[in-house]
Amino acid sequence: MKKIEVIQNILEANETIASRNRQLLNDHKVFCINIMSAPGAGKTSLILQTMTMLKDKLSIGVIEGDVASTVDAEKVQSKAKAVVQINTRNMPESCSLMAAMIESALKSMPLDNIDLLLIENVGNLICPSEFTLGEHKRVVISSLPEGDDKPIKYPLIFIDADAVIINKMDLLPHVDFDMTAFRRSIEGLNPKVEIFQLSCKTGEGIESWWSWVLEQIKTNIPKQ
Amino acid sequence: MHELGITENIVNIALAKAGEAQASRISQINLVIGEMSGFVADCIQFYFDSLSRDTIAQGAVLHFELVPAQLRCRNCSTVFSPQDTLWSCPECHGQSVEISKGRELYMESIEVE
Repeated sequence: MKKIEVIQNILEANETIASRNRQLLNDHKVFCINIMSAPGAGKTSLILQTMTMLKDKLSIGVIEGDVASTVDAEKVQSKAKAVVQINTRNMPESCSLMAAMIESALKSMPLDNIDLLLIENVGNLICPSEFTLGEHKRVVISSLPEGDDKPIKYPLIFIDADAVIINKMDLLPHVDFDMTAFRRSIEGLNPKVEIFQLSCKTGEGIESWWSWVLEQIKTNIPKQ
Repeated sequence: MHELGITENIVNIALAKAGEAQASRISQINLVIGEMSGFVADCIQFYFDSLSRDTIAQGAVLHFELVPAQLRCRNCSTVFSPQDTLWSCPECHGQSVEISKGRELYMESIEVE
């Protein structure tokens, strides 16, 4: 019997591929955002709104992650430069996108013709928090009908987020949502996070979000 | 929920390390898993039994060292274990906290023959 010391991060395989993805994106000057949320919080709506607002400024590619169907890919098709749908149903993990899935999707993306790549992760607040994809920024959407306790119940995804979007602000008069408590719990977990309150349906507050995106591209992707 | 891919990594890492050591059998794999990491030991064991079949890791004991969550208050630096879901500091009652322990997920060692 012999003991062999290993000390190896079990997620290393994913993280190695994620770094490779990031390098490839940097080489092509593509800024990439990983958008995560529970099902129905508004990931697709945010992508559609962002594309509408930025269509004259940026060329946008989208990777759609879903357990099954091409419903979301069809919705964004007309506005995006390119769309790749990943169905995770037959993959080793169906509950989250992983770096290897993105590596393969990037092969079908015309990276030289894209400025911004939006990745819509599988609707889930648990699993996507464990897997980096190679993105530059991680964004979590929380919508008012989900309640104000989500950061307490699913802290990891909020701890690692660069920005949190509070969506469906138009429903504020109709739901019991304590905005102060919600913001306090997020800022407690993650003091550096940017928080945006908006409604993808009415467009209220959306400008501060897309202005942030443009600013991030300027800071992170140096012009030639 | 996402333990299948993780377990594949565990089997791959263990087989690679055992291969380097020219071992004929892996008898134990020692894993360190943080309470906050979101990975369930029973679930990893379930997938392991199936993924290790017909390899030198078949029948290996998976030993899990579970690391309890430990938080640190950003305000007064008190280190404490979360007692409830609110994560407030027992000293200053501040709610600005960071996780200092409990997100681990690594293979510490393997035991081979």
